[in-house]
Amino acid sequence: MSVAPAEVEREETGLDAVPDTPWVTIVWNDPINLMSYVTYVFQKVFGYAKPKAEKLMLDVHHRGKAVVSNGTREAMERDAQVLHGYGLWATVSHDK
Amino acid sequence: MTGGAGRRKPGRDEPALGAADEEEATGAFRRSRGKVSARFSASQAVILRNLVTQVAELMGDAAADPGAADAGAAGTSPAGGGEAGRATSQSPAGRGEPDLSPEDFAAMIGAAGPTSPPEDPVLARLLPDAYRDDPEAAGEFRRYTEQGLRSGKVAAAQTVLATLPAEGGQVRLGPEDAQAWLRALNDVRLAIGTVLGVTEDYEDELEAASWADPRSAYLEVYHWLGYVQDSLVRSLR
Repeated sequence: MSVAPAEVEREETGLDAVPDTPWVTIVWNDPINLMSYVTYVFQKVFGYAKPKAEKLMLDVHHRGKAVVSNGTREAMERDAQVLHGYGLWATVSHDK
Repeated sequence: MTGGAGRRKPGRDEPALGAADEEEATGAFRRSRGKVSARFSASQAVILRNLVTQVAELMGDAAADPGAADAGAAGTSPAGGGEAGRATSQSPAGRGEPDLSPEDFAAMIGAAGPTSPPEDPVLARLLPDAYRDDPEAAGEFRRYTEQGLRSGKVAAAQTVLATLPAEGGQVRLGPEDAQAWLRALNDVRLAIGTVLGVTEDYEDELEAASWADPRSAYLEVYHWLGYVQDSLVRSLR
């Protein structure tokens, strides 16, 4: 198991705000979750404005998945944990 | 994802979930005086309480609410995992009649059987792997987070049971309880949707299905739950 760079702080203001951060949280499309609910969860969990949350939701819906946050491995695991609590299908991955 | 309850309003002409026995009892939430509220009929309350109890039992070792468990939950507790195959003969497609009863739902949710997450589709959906191509990392993550995830889902279910009267009626929720309801409704939809194998186009199937098809009754419940959840989301923003 690799060790996440502990010195990299999480940045929530934008997906590309920390371009050198190697870990991401991905949400995958599924046939059950409501589009309105997924948008709401992105707003609630990440504090994203509605247009951004809606765009991410549509990316998940049309492309099958979307990167919803990036940061340290620990932060991404926390995000995945919270998203699992809301019933979204989220995974953590190394963004190469 | 699904738009949910888009073209077809549930409940109007549906015998088990219908709004006929109590006016305005549709389960649809709206905002009122800083809270959100909805009215449920007795049959809606029985069905929702039973489904939520089933999910709670699947997620936790103890029953979420002994009072609610008497409506047909007996025998489907996780401890009964050894007889997981028992309920498969009662799968929706195999039943000869479309009547809805709490026992049907107990059988339906229990049908997948409480085995380890990778083998049980409902558990695997409610407690998903956090790493897609790294079983070792997924196992580590699960080891540290699964119990918390399970107890969070049980707590959300218990909030629904504590705030939804068994005989139906008005439900009024503050912000915290509303969040618990959102998550609990979603968990129930994930469980039913997984058992039914729904697609994003399930509404087409619902419209085409005949009342003689028992699967349509389960799809109706699934559809109604989406309607309730969608109304709750909209009332919260």
